[in-house]
Amino acid sequence: MTFAGWFTIVAFVLVLSALAFPLSAYMARVYTGERVFLSPIFGGPERFLYRILRVDAERQQDWKAYAKSLIIFSLAGWIFLYIVLRTQDAFFVPHSLNPLGYHSAPANVTFNTVSSFLTNTNWQYYSGETTMTYLSQMIGLTVQNWLSAGVGIVVAVALVRGIISRSGKGLGNFWQDMVRTILYVLAPLSILIAIVLASQGVIANISSYLTVHTITGLEQKIAMGPVAGQEAIKMLGTNGGGFFNTNSAHPFENPNGFTNFFEMLVVLLIPAALIFMYGRMTGNRRQGYAIYATVMIMFLGAVVVAYIAEAHGSPAQHAAGLHTGVISGSGGGNLEGKEQRFGIAGSALFDVVTTVTSCGAVNSALESFTGIGGAVPFANLSASEVIFGGVGTGLYSILLYVLLAVFIGGLMVGRTPEWLGKKLEAKEIKLAGLGILITPLAALFCTALAVASKAGRASISEVATSAKLGVHTPQAFSETFYAYLSQANNNGSAFAGYTGLIQPNAGNLGAHGITFADVLGGFDMVFARYAPILFALAVAGALAGKRITPAGLGTMRTDNGTFVVLLIGVIILVGALTFFPALLLGPIVQGLTGHLY
Amino acid sequence: MKPWLRDTITSIIAVIVFAILLGLVYPLAITGISQVAFPGDANGQKVYVNGKLVGSKIIGQNFGTPVREKNGKVKEVKGAVVTEPDPLYFQSRPSATEGGAYNASASTFSNKGPNSVKTKEADEENIKAYLELNKNPATKAEYDPGLTVAKIPVDAVNTSASGLDPEISKANAWIQAYRIAAVRHLSLSTVDGLIAKYTSGRGLGFSGEEGVNVLELNLALDRGHTAQSAGSGAKS
Repeated sequence: MTFAGWFTIVAFVLVLSALAFPLSAYMARVYTGERVFLSPIFGGPERFLYRILRVDAERQQDWKAYAKSLIIFSLAGWIFLYIVLRTQDAFFVPHSLNPLGYHSAPANVTFNTVSSFLTNTNWQYYSGETTMTYLSQMIGLTVQNWLSAGVGIVVAVALVRGIISRSGKGLGNFWQDMVRTILYVLAPLSILIAIVLASQGVIANISSYLTVHTITGLEQKIAMGPVAGQEAIKMLGTNGGGFFNTNSAHPFENPNGFTNFFEMLVVLLIPAALIFMYGRMTGNRRQGYAIYATVMIMFLGAVVVAYIAEAHGSPAQHAAGLHTGVISGSGGGNLEGKEQRFGIAGSALFDVVTTVTSCGAVNSALESFTGIGGAVPFANLSASEVIFGGVGTGLYSILLYVLLAVFIGGLMVGRTPEWLGKKLEAKEIKLAGLGILITPLAALFCTALAVASKAGRASISEVATSAKLGVHTPQAFSETFYAYLSQANNNGSAFAGYTGLIQPNAGNLGAHGITFADVLGGFDMVFARYAPILFALAVAGALAGKRITPAGLGTMRTDNGTFVVLLIGVIILVGALTFFPALLLGPIVQGLTGHLY
Repeated sequence: MKPWLRDTITSIIAVIVFAILLGLVYPLAITGISQVAFPGDANGQKVYVNGKLVGSKIIGQNFGTPVREKNGKVKEVKGAVVTEPDPLYFQSRPSATEGGAYNASASTFSNKGPNSVKTKEADEENIKAYLELNKNPATKAEYDPGLTVAKIPVDAVNTSASGLDPEISKANAWIQAYRIAAVRHLSLSTVDGLIAKYTSGRGLGFSGEEGVNVLELNLALDRGHTAQSAGSGAKS
């Protein structure tokens, strides 16, 4: 561990908070329909979009109408993306946008990929540079990077509106929220970020792959592509699907220490701002601060554990005789699957940033993390996207937990639970409980199915097996469990040995999919995305228009330190009770032993 | 019109409109702006020597030479050219890319686990190769005297994440400098000076680790130690 490493972590938290706070004020104005400084620029295009979409943007929708628009829009996006990916080698695709003549991935892999990008998961059973054409990357994947982020944000906004609404059942208008999210929030930020990244060496071209003759007489092929634009929205929208197979570890996606720091900030920017925005919209900023404190404490805990574990090095390194401490000119640590320019701190922090959110980008190989270091992303995912979480997803998920915590707190003090002046009744608690539990259930169910079946074990990587134990190693269990946990949480990061695509050689030849993993994963993602969305909207509908009674002396406050502790307790309790047995079998058993197998 | 029908029509229009705006206009506009404002970066920081493309500044390379069979044919395993390190050049980190090391058209993680015997064996193999390269093949004398396993920096034997890491640690470069100085008949201080010249600092002064750009360093060696940067707009 180094001073610069710890300094990076502290600087990150401070800069993030300083950026998210003003953004939250801006976003609160956008979603309450007030004028913002960009209104003169985007007001015209906004009205034009409503006209061609044929929507009355001012018409309020109740939760069912809002959900219906959302589901139908998502379905249309699914079909469109499926068509794009399955016709990427069709006659109407110009050669300049498919310079390598790539064929489409088979139907099962495409099913998984489409479900993945639609749900903001960006789990990738394909490898970007050997499967996707430039056209597929742009009009297929990049588009869903935007739209899935938008869908997440509007659900959070609708839930907040339901919580604060004093009369009527309206939660806003889905189409208006989508258009505003894209025009006023995502577009300006995304363009800015893309240009900063391009200035640092993230490539942006549609050239054919380069062929290089090296100075020692070898040939090297270098993949190219329109990366910068996709990279920006991939991080900003907590999508995380890399243009290239190795994602943000690839020098063309993340060229240096500065871009690494910058990309991490971009990932957490909107999730952090949404938390502050929630406080502003409730009229009591402390409500936002309490949630921010809750998630920040859990976030920092995860970072510290990951950094220490990775700096310590792995049992395999030590068995080989390597010294993993800091020496002059080298940061040491477990550098297997990590890049020199990011170092241990930059890799550990990036890992936590992208697994607490639904981003799922990686700048290092999670599968090569030490047992305890690798347990950190597991723990983050076990908290079901509440520690900052995905754009929007994080806020609506933690608000469901807040509801649960208020209910438990109410039981403890023996009063009817009240939240922001509204009495919580059986209906809301039932809906919130289901919304919370459905994701873990999907993850565990799919994992069980995959480890127990021969078809599922076909996806386990060869390097995770051992001569002694065959496929029954902790590593093999970890990578299987992580796959379905990551997909259920719509995260998309991977213990990347687990595969649904078999590509015996580089290039687009002879690829075929493992149907079991592709299909199960696809359903895992779609189910665990849309079921919680429906529950969150249903909670919003149940709360909307409830009578607000002023807080009395006995009302439990949700904006102080006591509540922060209670909320952390509830999150850990739910996560631990659900996942602890499974976590023990994989990462923890590896972390507790220096034994090799 | 029924609400669901209205939603369906709006959805179809929305998907098409957004696909054009966000899937064509946006990425191509960013690409266009980058091509004009940062042409070197946008095209991958290509490095030319005498007008010949020899690599990208930020994509690592395999500085090995092809191993030839007795009949003179280049040896291949599963379609990948087998190479041995060229002692004249600084060597990059181990790489696990598909189709041979440093295949920049198929970046790949090694995915080797922390408690796996296979990881230990791979580390040991890389350690052996690293120590072997530290010996003069004829005299068996060590270039860096007293180099032991415990002194090898981790980046020299652990594979990088992308398999395309353009950098090595300074400690790794300093060890290899002994060999380079000996086989190229340079003074150690000259080589160390070049290492310092091609070391990039931490981002913003704290983010990440310092690293030595192997391609730039090797090109500088070839040009003689007075040469300038590889000409692709050095950035710190």
